[in-house]
Amino acid sequence: MAEIRFEGVEKRFRDVTVIKELDLTIKDGEFFTFVGPSGCGKSTLLNMIVGIETTTEGKIYFDGVAVNDLSPKERDVAMVFQSYALYPHMTVYENIAFPLRIKKMPETRIVEEVRRVALFLGLEEMLNRRPKELSGGQRQRVALGRAIIRRPKVFLMDEPLSNLDARLRVEMRAELKRLHQELKITTIYVTHDQAEALSLSERIAVLHQGKIQQCGTPLEVYLKPSNTFVAGFIGSPPMNFISYSALEYKEKDLFPTLSMEKKAREEKEGLIIGIRPEDILISPAKLDDAIEVSVSLIEPAGSFNWVDVRWDNVRVKGRSDVDADLRSGSSAFMKFSKDKVLIFNQSTGRTILREGDTSHIFQKKNMGSVPKRNE
Amino acid sequence: MHRGDQHLLYKIDARRGEMMKKAVFYLLLMSLVLYCSGPLLWQLITSLKPDAELTRIPPLLPENLTTIHYISIFEGHPFLRIILNSAVVASATTILSLIIGSLAAFGLAKLKIRYKALILGLFLSVSMFPPIATVSPLYIIIRSLGLRDTWWALIMTYTTFSLPLSIWILTNFFREISDEIYLAAKVDGCTSFQAFYKIILPLSAPGFFTTAILVFIFSWNEFLFALTFTSTPASRTIPVGIALFPGLHEVPWGDIAAASIVVTIPLILLVFLFQKRIIEGLTAGAVKG
Repeated sequence: MAEIRFEGVEKRFRDVTVIKELDLTIKDGEFFTFVGPSGCGKSTLLNMIVGIETTTEGKIYFDGVAVNDLSPKERDVAMVFQSYALYPHMTVYENIAFPLRIKKMPETRIVEEVRRVALFLGLEEMLNRRPKELSGGQRQRVALGRAIIRRPKVFLMDEPLSNLDARLRVEMRAELKRLHQELKITTIYVTHDQAEALSLSERIAVLHQGKIQQCGTPLEVYLKPSNTFVAGFIGSPPMNFISYSALEYKEKDLFPTLSMEKKAREEKEGLIIGIRPEDILISPAKLDDAIEVSVSLIEPAGSFNWVDVRWDNVRVKGRSDVDADLRSGSSAFMKFSKDKVLIFNQSTGRTILREGDTSHIFQKKNMGSVPKRNE
Repeated sequence: MHRGDQHLLYKIDARRGEMMKKAVFYLLLMSLVLYCSGPLLWQLITSLKPDAELTRIPPLLPENLTTIHYISIFEGHPFLRIILNSAVVASATTILSLIIGSLAAFGLAKLKIRYKALILGLFLSVSMFPPIATVSPLYIIIRSLGLRDTWWALIMTYTTFSLPLSIWILTNFFREISDEIYLAAKVDGCTSFQAFYKIILPLSAPGFFTTAILVFIFSWNEFLFALTFTSTPASRTIPVGIALFPGLHEVPWGDIAAASIVVTIPLILLVFLFQKRIIEGLTAGAVKG
């Protein structure tokens, strides 16, 4: 159990800066996730916490104690690797017992501890097998067992689910959550899968190009992304981005007065509008305040369909009911709630207005029916 | 002709073609094996011939098989002592070469060291010196160390010359083991050295056997240094011992052949014993396991 604090942490490999100026505190017992596309520096960050990689600048503290000069052993952290990194020449039992053997724990206690962990993870039956005789999910469990048996201060996981098939991944996700709830060990999780990050974590840090773009609860990050990167990265399918200037040209009536836009224009910077696909309803029937579009692609997703439409020259993804009478090529109507609309500064990518603040953009829309786009 | 019959004919033709291919394959294989084992077989036959038939060509089996040469090599010479010398020198060289080589290879494969490629290149360049160019300076060194005509003179020299090979083979083996496994061991509380001998070593056993066999054979067969650094049966090794069989007036071909056969047997046994491991070792880099 430990609180982890980063203070001005930087990592450079020769001329390349992988992590830039990082200040962050991870609370004791928290399930914290670093999420970002590959190459964003998240694994490097993990390696610095575990002590495999040194920091170029700054300090890392565990409970207020700087650990920069401590070896992984002294830091008392455990890690689950992407490839599981089980020891192929040892049985499951020996794999799980390994950290205790290194600690020179008496044999009787080792037996007891391994039993306990095996029971907890449902591995009792396979203690005598070797890793190559196990399925992916079982190997994953062994790797978890090897990590938790020491009751470490911090539990690190580097994309632990990415080698599993989709179904197993969802199962193991729940298992990890259960593990954390029962053990309450500070857990730092690294993934490129935003769905995993959202479903597991108490807090998320979205990393991009070595910098934290946003740090917050899953809901905050999802509802109030701080910039276009976070908005586009979190959520699947990704958010629709529409250049405001493209709209302005034809939609003078639809978006007539925007105080922010004036300001932005003064700064010679454009605006981008973002709407999540799940917030856009596509329907064959004309609804109030709906915009006419033409359907280009339909992807069934079970309980609903994802629908790609063309709104003039802009491609937008939305969703429709499964039974909606839509065909590609046909025309349909698109509707979204204005408080789901986000506005970003085009050149900086930063969010200008957030949910709830956007009503004035659509002032005129409320006056009556929405004008057709191609008029 | 009936269509079915024609079909059958094609089938027979095809089968005949297959058989021809197989026959040619085995024929080539047999000739290759014969080519490689020819000298050894000739030695074997020579060793079993009475002196009178020794020079007969072609070297076919003699009418009267004899074991006289096998007996005479052990009676006329300190041959057992010479075998012991070779065994000690080759084993010690193998062990030393593996210990030093594996530690160096571990460093080069898993630790953070700069200029790894350069270091490996330097090792390789050491092994490129022709032995004849180094034999005189080495002789002077060994003489001034007072090691002339001792096992250590050979063990040291052989270890030096086999190290580049050992380091190269072992480095490649250690590289095959994923870094994550090594890091996992470190996170689990191992020091680098513990991770090395508890995890890396057991996982690269095939590489070890391969290296061991190669180094052992090299030390067992080496002639030039052995000839230069030894002067009495106290440290003389097999190749030198056999080379010194010829007397003033005669070359005892039968004894030489018998001795060669006797000293080849341990090597053959060794290779057969570890055959599976060695094959694993030699192909390890080629296919991903």
